[in-house]
Amino acid sequence: MNVYAEMTGLDPLTSGEVVVAQNIAFGLIAIIMIFSALRMVTTRNVVHAALYLVIVLAGAAAIFILLGAEFVGVTQVLVYIGAIVVLFLFGIMLTRGAFGGINLEEKAEQRKMSILVAGLLAVVTGGALINTFSDAEIARSSPSTTATVGDSIFSQFIIPFEAVSVLLLAALIGAIVVARKD
Amino acid sequence: MSVVLADLAYWQETTIRLVVGLLAVLLPAGTLVYLFLFKMMSFMQSRLGPMEAGPYGSLQLLAEVGKFLQKEDILPKAADRLVFKLAPFVVLISTFLLILVIPAGPDLWFIDVDTGIFLALAVSSISVIGILMAGWASSSKYSLLGALRATGQLIAYELPMVLAVVGVIIQAGTLNVQDIVLAQATGEIFGFGGIGNPFVITQFLGFLIFLIAVQAELTQPPFDMPVAESELVTGYLTEYSGLRFLMFFIGEFATAAIFSALAATLFLGGWYVPGLDVTDNLFNVIGPIILLGKTLLIAFFIFWFRFTYPRFREDQLQQLAWKVLIPLSLINIVITGVLKVVF
Repeated sequence: MNVYAEMTGLDPLTSGEVVVAQNIAFGLIAIIMIFSALRMVTTRNVVHAALYLVIVLAGAAAIFILLGAEFVGVTQVLVYIGAIVVLFLFGIMLTRGAFGGINLEEKAEQRKMSILVAGLLAVVTGGALINTFSDAEIARSSPSTTATVGDSIFSQFIIPFEAVSVLLLAALIGAIVVARKD
Repeated sequence: MSVVLADLAYWQETTIRLVVGLLAVLLPAGTLVYLFLFKMMSFMQSRLGPMEAGPYGSLQLLAEVGKFLQKEDILPKAADRLVFKLAPFVVLISTFLLILVIPAGPDLWFIDVDTGIFLALAVSSISVIGILMAGWASSSKYSLLGALRATGQLIAYELPMVLAVVGVIIQAGTLNVQDIVLAQATGEIFGFGGIGNPFVITQFLGFLIFLIAVQAELTQPPFDMPVAESELVTGYLTEYSGLRFLMFFIGEFATAAIFSALAATLFLGGWYVPGLDVTDNLFNVIGPIILLGKTLLIAFFIFWFRFTYPRFREDQLQQLAWKVLIPLSLINIVITGVLKVVF
């Protein structure tokens, strides 16, 4: 992006120009993400599915960074790849034990339900996106700095932020209560 | 690096970055292995260590690499081939991404990003996935147990490490690593600016917690249950041989070097030494050497601990993280926050 800015004298994130390199990068990431997402739901091996999920989540982080949302992208890596998928893998390996052949059994009713849920989700999110944005071009905004993100969380969005924090704390305490045996 | 590279084409810049990045990972790692693992450990045990290859055995490292390259690359029959082969790369990716955020001079950096230290903590957690992949794909109970132990340990000690860094972030008022160095270089201690304000003084508790957490993150003794050789052969490394074992080995010591450099940057003032102006161009030349010196100092403590203390028990390790280090680092954050507002 810096090279582009030097060549044309335009800041790629504010000028509104189509940046070829960005488009190519987006296309590549999107293809990798779609392939991994498909493999994730079609593979029979649970561990492989979790590893494909890592690629999908890393792709999402890459797209956030491509859009200039650096902080969100890094958070995506820290929370989803570094913590949640690791816990998935940890849980799979602790509970299903067997090496190599951790295979899923596929039942007809599961397949029906999953197709139904996936279809509903696609229609609802797709519909919402098309309804909200139709073919409007989103104005390119300058990259949000971490300081701006922090400021807006602790001024404009302080109440939702605190509400989410309390909710998480409640879930945490609930988990401890459920897990302890004495 | 920005100044030097201003007039170069993109591919030239990228090539230089790749070469410098490779050197920045491999040279400190090699230095640690030779200085501490070969020599310091030997002297602490009243022996000479490697002496034959080169003067004082200084070329022993090349001989070791040559040895590993000649070894057979063994793939267990029951292993998950692809995951088994990919695992060392995932660990190395995490190591190479970590070096990006550490500045070695006022204009010497790979990326000067806003999220700096946050990015470093995020990418350092990727290596856990590589370790889990290695342990699971080996199809060996020792490997799997080692990987599970490693994961439990890395998750537990990542929290105190992140929380210890928060104290530094509050005091510096930024996540950008370059700005954290500048904040230490231009800081004052009660109006006295002669030596700057290295955060090791004001954040001493955070410094200690960070070092303990780093020791555990590196799975070095006294936190080496994941590779405990008397119980688990070598944990998740059991089935690896030849080049792939060498990759894990390089990853381990390169990460030790980089975490030491990170500690030196966050707590000891990074590439800055008192006496010179912080904008002095000289730092672009001597900065990397100063940083390496501070890195070796921190690494010396890490390896001193490694060679001295016996192994913890698994439950003691978890208790130390959850019941001692995390509460302490939370208290540290509260105190730092209050003092930041007061002063």
